[in-house]
Amino acid sequence: MPIYEIVFYTFSLVMLASAVAVISVRNPVYAALFLVLTFFSASAIWMLLEVEFLAIILILVYVGAVMVLFLFVVMMLDINVEPLREGFIRYLPVGLVVAGLMAAEFLLVIWTKSRFGPEAFPSPPPHPEGYSNTQAVGEVLYTNYLLPFEVAGIILLVAIIAAVTLTLRHRSGAHRQNPSRQVQVQRDERVRLVKMKPEPRQEG
Amino acid sequence: MLTLAHFLTLGALLFCLSAAGIFLNRKNVIILLMCIELMLLAVNMNFVAFSRFLGNLDGQVFVFFILTVAAAEAAIGLAILVVVFRNRQTINVAELDDLKG
Amino acid sequence: MSLKTILILIPLLPLLAAAVAGLLRNQVGRAGSHWVTILGVAISFALSVYVLYLQMYQGLGTQNISVYTWMVADGIKFEIGFLIDHLSSLMMVVVSFISFMVHIYTIGYMADDPGYQRFFSYIALFTFSMLMLVMSNNFLQLFFGWEAVGLVSYLLIGFWFDRESAVYAGLKAFLVNRVGDFGFLLGIAAVLYCFGSMDYFEVFAAAPGIEGQSVSIIPGVEWQWITVICICLFIGAMGKSAQAPLHVWLPDSMEGPTPISALIHAATMVTAGIFMVARMSPLFELSEAALSFVMLIGALTAFFMGLVGIVQNDIKRVIAYSTLSQLGYMTVALGVSAYSAAIFHLGTHAFFKALLFLGAGSVIIALHHQQDMRYMGGLRKQMPITWITAWVGTLALIGFPFFAGFYSKDAIIEAVHASSRWGAGVAYWAVLLGVIVTSFYSFRLLYLTFHGKPRYTVDVGAGHHPPDGVLQHAPKESPLVVTVPLILLAIPSIVIGYLTIDPVLFTGWLSDSITVLPQNDVLAAVGEHFHGPTAMAQHALQTAPFWLMLGGFVLATLVYMVRPALAGTLAQRFPRLHALLENKFYVDELYQKLFIGNTLRIGNGLWKKADAGLIDGWLVNGSAKLVGSLSARVRTWQSGFLFQYAFAMIIGLIGILAIWVML
Repeated sequence: MPIYEIVFYTFSLVMLASAVAVISVRNPVYAALFLVLTFFSASAIWMLLEVEFLAIILILVYVGAVMVLFLFVVMMLDINVEPLREGFIRYLPVGLVVAGLMAAEFLLVIWTKSRFGPEAFPSPPPHPEGYSNTQAVGEVLYTNYLLPFEVAGIILLVAIIAAVTLTLRHRSGAHRQNPSRQVQVQRDERVRLVKMKPEPRQEG
Repeated sequence: MLTLAHFLTLGALLFCLSAAGIFLNRKNVIILLMCIELMLLAVNMNFVAFSRFLGNLDGQVFVFFILTVAAAEAAIGLAILVVVFRNRQTINVAELDDLKG
Repeated sequence: MSLKTILILIPLLPLLAAAVAGLLRNQVGRAGSHWVTILGVAISFALSVYVLYLQMYQGLGTQNISVYTWMVADGIKFEIGFLIDHLSSLMMVVVSFISFMVHIYTIGYMADDPGYQRFFSYIALFTFSMLMLVMSNNFLQLFFGWEAVGLVSYLLIGFWFDRESAVYAGLKAFLVNRVGDFGFLLGIAAVLYCFGSMDYFEVFAAAPGIEGQSVSIIPGVEWQWITVICICLFIGAMGKSAQAPLHVWLPDSMEGPTPISALIHAATMVTAGIFMVARMSPLFELSEAALSFVMLIGALTAFFMGLVGIVQNDIKRVIAYSTLSQLGYMTVALGVSAYSAAIFHLGTHAFFKALLFLGAGSVIIALHHQQDMRYMGGLRKQMPITWITAWVGTLALIGFPFFAGFYSKDAIIEAVHASSRWGAGVAYWAVLLGVIVTSFYSFRLLYLTFHGKPRYTVDVGAGHHPPDGVLQHAPKESPLVVTVPLILLAIPSIVIGYLTIDPVLFTGWLSDSITVLPQNDVLAAVGEHFHGPTAMAQHALQTAPFWLMLGGFVLATLVYMVRPALAGTLAQRFPRLHALLENKFYVDELYQKLFIGNTLRIGNGLWKKADAGLIDGWLVNGSAKLVGSLSARVRTWQSGFLFQYAFAMIIGLIGILAIWVML
């Protein structure tokens, strides 16, 4: 069995096993960590497919950012896990049946009539030496997909603003500036002109 | 000899596992969000495999966008989760049924 | 000023005055409103006289002036325009003169009424509408004027809208007129269909072309187009001119103020139908059947409505039935192709009937709005001017020689006598016997009102609303604004017939507007025996109408002066006949049962069953209930639980995959 297949099956097994762990472990912190492992395995498989750029991005974005966010939240919130596990055993048969049914259908679609076999999709030749997947993706991304790319940027911006506004809390008693009020301030609110008679000079 | 079908099978199994996860952890929103991430990963796996076997980069660009949207979704989803927990001291989905018809 | 400007000013000035008096009533005040309307109508009258002068002495021929084209649709023009010939200029003078008189009279009659300005606005508006009607040169404008006078009539009958009976009468007039107007509209539509034009001259020029063409409205029965058109138009005239069986609204219209009864429901508006038929003479001449129909309807109205007048007690209602009867005479004249005679009677009748109404109004003022003749009597000493003018009006009405009515009515009777149209024999007897009836009820009215002993008592302390027959103040002669119009109307009531019979009837003065086929020209036959108005009056002594009229006079004198108890005895001796007349031949009751009752029943049924039951119950509430019950079931699916929705999605996904597997 060549090394290529060995790597594939190894990482596939790790990936599926950690996915099973994600959905079945009791502690959400462990679940998050297993999710990291799942993504890591997926990244390795993508490397195998010579999709290096996305493989790296997956690790950077998911493992580095999203999963850390998950961990933050899980640890920040004082969650009582026990009631959340209710019904796990009760729904296990149903879940397995549904998953099994779906898996059987998927496999039927994939493997019958050799829709996706080597005849229909022959193995692609390896990329030549000096080929840069990052450059290739970048060339497509910044030309054909420029507008969607910018829209994606805006979506991220909106997500940032939304996340900030959702979780923003105004503590009572805290002193905060109100820039809008500061800009709109009128003279009369700050300065009071008083008319008065000149005071007589204090003699002596 | 690995064919496209192998990679698709991997994606399909991952998808089925995350669907089963939604069933099993129906009360824990955090795990539900994780399952959704897993589903997206399964889909991405298919995109990448097709992109490679068809020699077409568009699939990879699509994965890029899915990653972007998934990140945004995770950020907002978790923010909502924090707000819900702050207001109700629970993330039990069974208790979040205010939209019941 | 060009002729066109004058013609535009004639109807527009009253409209302007109406707008000022109506819309700015608080600004112009009571005096302002009567000054502005009277000024408008007076100028309009002066200009009308000027136009008539141009027609008679300056040789101004027939003028067909188009003022404004409203729109052109499929080659059919919708225009505003004026047709000025002898007929319309005569009508303009009559309308504006009577209107002018009534305006002045109203100052006295309505002096205490809170709706003073509104009233003046209405009558000026009426003058505008009527002038538009008579001056029109096309069917569209004719219809506009026709409906506008109907509207003003409705407004004025219901002028005292806080009285239930007035509102009812206004509604009745409006509805009955709708029936006629429906026929009228159908007639206009038929004209448009047959000739493709609304212009009088184009239609008249094309009219002989459709002779012989027929249409089958009911399958298997062929109708001449021209007959259909004429009868439809005449149904409109029956509504507006209150011919049987659409006469029922006119007596009830007496609920309106008396000046209105004089202006609209005696002198002008009700003659619109007569005018219209005369104007359409080129069409009617082509249809023998339609003319016979017209004649018989007229004869029916002339005789039987007069009979009803005999037993009425309300002074205005007696005159109203007299109006019906006289309109019947005019219609008969139209029916025998004596259009000129009809117009002639229209003109003379306008003067003496307005005079009689205004005289009755004068009496009503004096008796503090008491209209029942049973509580009058002996007023000749207190109200000499009203008494004398009422005598003049009565003599004119019954056709006493040398008075206006004599010439016009005698001409009609002679014309009917000379006619050989189908049914003319019946019509002749109807109009002949109508004379004695007219004479009887006219003198009955005079005697009951002005002669004999007073049947009212004067009681100073009777309060504001005394019982019938009790007055707070003794009656006295009405003020100058009331008596001057009476005198001004009395003069033409005497002389107008004598002066104008020759030109109007026999020397073809109206022949530029009226078409009479040679074989139908009964007036020419009558004219062969005409040797001037004086000779005609002398000759009258040897004719039946004169002696019949005298018979009516003698009978009335006998019953109401010599033996006043006789009237009651007669009523008791012939209870059925008396009840029949008292109840106006039960026509109202018939309509009430047949049309109104059934309409109400159908409306009630539709309301309860169709609207409340079917539409509200089934369609509106039913669909709402259906949606409600369905959604009550569907809402249980929406649990609000995220995992159930996810489950539904996954089930759907499995389903889609299954389809793909099958492929």
